[in-house]
Amino acid sequence: MRETRNWTWQIFTAVVILVFLSIHMIVMHLDDIVGWFNPNGGAALDWANVLERSKAIFFVVTYIVLLAATLYHALYGIRNILFELHPPAGVEKAITVVFWLAGLGLFAIGIYGAVALRLA
Amino acid sequence: MSGADKKKVVYNIRRFIPEEDPRPHWESYFIEVEKGMTVLDGLHQIKERTDPTLSWRFSCRMGVCGSCAMLINGRPQLACNTQILEVSESTIALAPLPNFDIVRDLVPDLTPLFEKHKAIRPFIVDEGSDKDLFGEHCQTPEDLLAYLQFSYCIKCGACMSACPTFATDPSYAGPQPLAQTHRYNEDTRDQGFGKRSLVAGEGHGAFHCHYAGECSNVCPKGVDPARAIQLLKRSLVLDYLNLRSPHRHAEIIGPDTNAKKLPNIPSAPAYTVK
Repeated sequence: MRETRNWTWQIFTAVVILVFLSIHMIVMHLDDIVGWFNPNGGAALDWANVLERSKAIFFVVTYIVLLAATLYHALYGIRNILFELHPPAGVEKAITVVFWLAGLGLFAIGIYGAVALRLA
Repeated sequence: MSGADKKKVVYNIRRFIPEEDPRPHWESYFIEVEKGMTVLDGLHQIKERTDPTLSWRFSCRMGVCGSCAMLINGRPQLACNTQILEVSESTIALAPLPNFDIVRDLVPDLTPLFEKHKAIRPFIVDEGSDKDLFGEHCQTPEDLLAYLQFSYCIKCGACMSACPTFATDPSYAGPQPLAQTHRYNEDTRDQGFGKRSLVAGEGHGAFHCHYAGECSNVCPKGVDPARAIQLLKRSLVLDYLNLRSPHRHAEIIGPDTNAKKLPNIPSAPAYTVK
């Protein structure tokens, strides 16, 4: 039932992306209307605002969760598309291993960035 | 019908005789078409009057056996169920069902379809005792409706030919086996969900369906395999999360031991198989 487990996580991460990406979009692009998350004024990507958000535990957790969900959803989706090209079993195994390593590696870099900024 | 009511239609047929041809090629035939003639009727006319070597599968000629499924003007359909003049008044292009190897002319090798169908255990799996086999499984009309539509499948292979995923991935289970997986899973007489999940819920199973919907589009019996596969995905996920409603098994009732035989009814002959 491994594929059922993987697919269940694909559905779950899709919902997570919907919610957390919406928050990200609102923060980045609707500040003129909402004005919540840029207390230092100016644009969302001004350094002062970026630093302010990076210190807030809410945003640290949000971005780590969004990163994890996006990495899983994207890499599993690409893996599925590649598998539908009917590669040999050995290649399928190799793709799975490479994608896991790439995903975990990118996740580690992302967590490092998020935590480092918070502690900066 | 007078000659004036007949139309001349061209049949372009993709021929392939393995002993003679290096590859499939097209051949054209003229047929006289009257209103009401089916594509199958046209093939018979060619075989009787023009080319007796033309080969195709057919049987019931009334849309219940699934033998005559073929590509008709780019769409997998039953030849017996398709009126010539409703497709075209000038040209009919016939080819064997795509996504299968060709045996000869319009005859596809449906072995992959039958093997995938067999793999999902397309029969009632009853884990009950031997005593239960002699009882009657009681189903309500609602129980029947849960799977009736999906039981109309005649295994013609049209859905497998239309499926874009099966076109690129020969290992994909395909709409017909997966729809039948759902058909049997929903049957209250059945207890085979777990065993079928090992096929449907694994790699190249139900989760490789992208919901293109072409299978339902071409099904001649209205089975709607696309819907069956989505319902199957839902039941597999819910089962994985332990949220699936417990499968209600049909009540089994044995023969009425209190029934009294009327005096003028002769006894049944003795069992010949012990």
